[in-house]
Amino acid sequence: MTSHATAPAAPATAARSGIAELTSLLRRLTGDEKHEPSAHSTLHVIWVLYDRILRVDPARPDAEDRDRFLVSKGHGPHAYYAVLAAKGFFPVEWLDDLAGPMSRLGHHPDRTLVPGVEISSGSLGHGLGLGVGMALGLRAQGRREPRIYVLLGDGELDEGSNHEAIAYAGAVGLDSLTALVVDNGSATHRQDLPGLFTVHGWLATTVDGRDQDQIEAAVRARRSGRPYAVVAEVR
Amino acid sequence: MRKRFVETTSQLIEQDRRTALVLADISAGLFARVAARHPERVLNLGIREQLMVGVAGGLALTGLRPIIHSYATFAVDRVYEQLKLDLHHQGVGAVVVSVGASYDGSYYGRTHFSPGDVALLDTLPGWTVHVPGHPDEVEALLRAAAARDDQTYLRLSGRHNDVARTGEGLQVVRRGGAGAPVVVAVGPALRSVLAAVAGWNVTVAYTHTPRPLDYTGLRALVGDPAQVILVEPYLAGTSARVVAEALADRPHRLLALGVGRADLRRYGTPADHDRWHGLDPVGIRVAMTRWWASHA
Repeated sequence: MTSHATAPAAPATAARSGIAELTSLLRRLTGDEKHEPSAHSTLHVIWVLYDRILRVDPARPDAEDRDRFLVSKGHGPHAYYAVLAAKGFFPVEWLDDLAGPMSRLGHHPDRTLVPGVEISSGSLGHGLGLGVGMALGLRAQGRREPRIYVLLGDGELDEGSNHEAIAYAGAVGLDSLTALVVDNGSATHRQDLPGLFTVHGWLATTVDGRDQDQIEAAVRARRSGRPYAVVAEVR
Repeated sequence: MRKRFVETTSQLIEQDRRTALVLADISAGLFARVAARHPERVLNLGIREQLMVGVAGGLALTGLRPIIHSYATFAVDRVYEQLKLDLHHQGVGAVVVSVGASYDGSYYGRTHFSPGDVALLDTLPGWTVHVPGHPDEVEALLRAAAARDDQTYLRLSGRHNDVARTGEGLQVVRRGGAGAPVVVAVGPALRSVLAAVAGWNVTVAYTHTPRPLDYTGLRALVGDPAQVILVEPYLAGTSARVVAEALADRPHRLLALGVGRADLRRYGTPADHDRWHGLDPVGIRVAMTRWWASHA
């Protein structure tokens, strides 16, 4: 089987980058006009996770007890790439060649090409099922420490496959799973996003998706026994 | 075959901590005992087939070896994109075990038919496909698949041949004279093939593993020019591509028999459908006779 991409040696300065530097990193990524709004709407959520929450190490991206962050909403991965580069998972120079013929960075990420990327995504509605499987697999192996975080979009939640995953995870109380829903108002038919989860037994909360302290506090506020959803509004 | 699958999988769950079983209600009752002992690795998700494959992909990403099981139409047709993206594109594998393929569930009608399952998997690279022709072939195929990391499809049938053939590659069941046409029978199609060619000068070769097809074995059996009659218990022509590839550098003629594409809108028994699709001994014999007559 294809293994996770390994991390090349990262420049020491990259690992010290703060969110202010992400703006300049994002400017290096060009060319995906279709998904540009979604690319930037995820920035604060992803940054908070990598800067304050996730137990991941760019030097050991395959560490068995790492947390897993899954970008189900593979559209517009600019912010994701910028944060991974800023945290030292790959050289920032990679950002200069988005979706080029020899680039590892495409408009939808490929886990076999990019260190730190847990799943290949882009077709909507796949990440949450994979995340449920990862949570179950780690639990079956007695690994209780790693948490699974799945980033979804409000539009993506129209996909029926998500509803299979939400209903099952709630029914079995899969409490190592956190869904982060970036609500940028892209769904054609609005729906009660927290209610989509709570009706199936999840805990859910809503935060300002551009307020990093709110995001951090909400993500940390999970409780045992139930999966958890954080809706980050950026409309 | 289903009974052997349940027995072997239950043993694998007990013996190998890497093995996990993912169900969408189908056959869940048959695994109740092992599920009670190993609830963390016997997972019945309810009637959620997309999730079944997604969960399998996630399990595999953590190092487990998932076995997925349902009716073929739910384990392959319905979840084609999950097989493509949640397994293949993630670079992980699983063992997909189906029952009720083609028209094994004839009483249920078209909604439960899956003649195109192997053809669908053929659009993806690298699948190992097993179509056992006897219950005694199931255990070894399943155990070997569980020990690998690839994508394997194990297509179980309610019907079977008289004798188990557990060898690998193309196994010669009956050898014709030098240069005789070669009939390749896949899985449970062998029984009808043997009845169809009684008294004819043909070589009959059997395989329970149409993917990868035994190219070397096929090339060693055929004459010059090669005449190959392919009889498969799924969509007609599914393996025509691989036979053509195996014999690309040789003059050859191919007759590919299998399930037709038409939705017959009929119930009846599997034997009835064999007759309607020309896969009973008479139908196979008639098709071969016409084929020979067409180039005599």
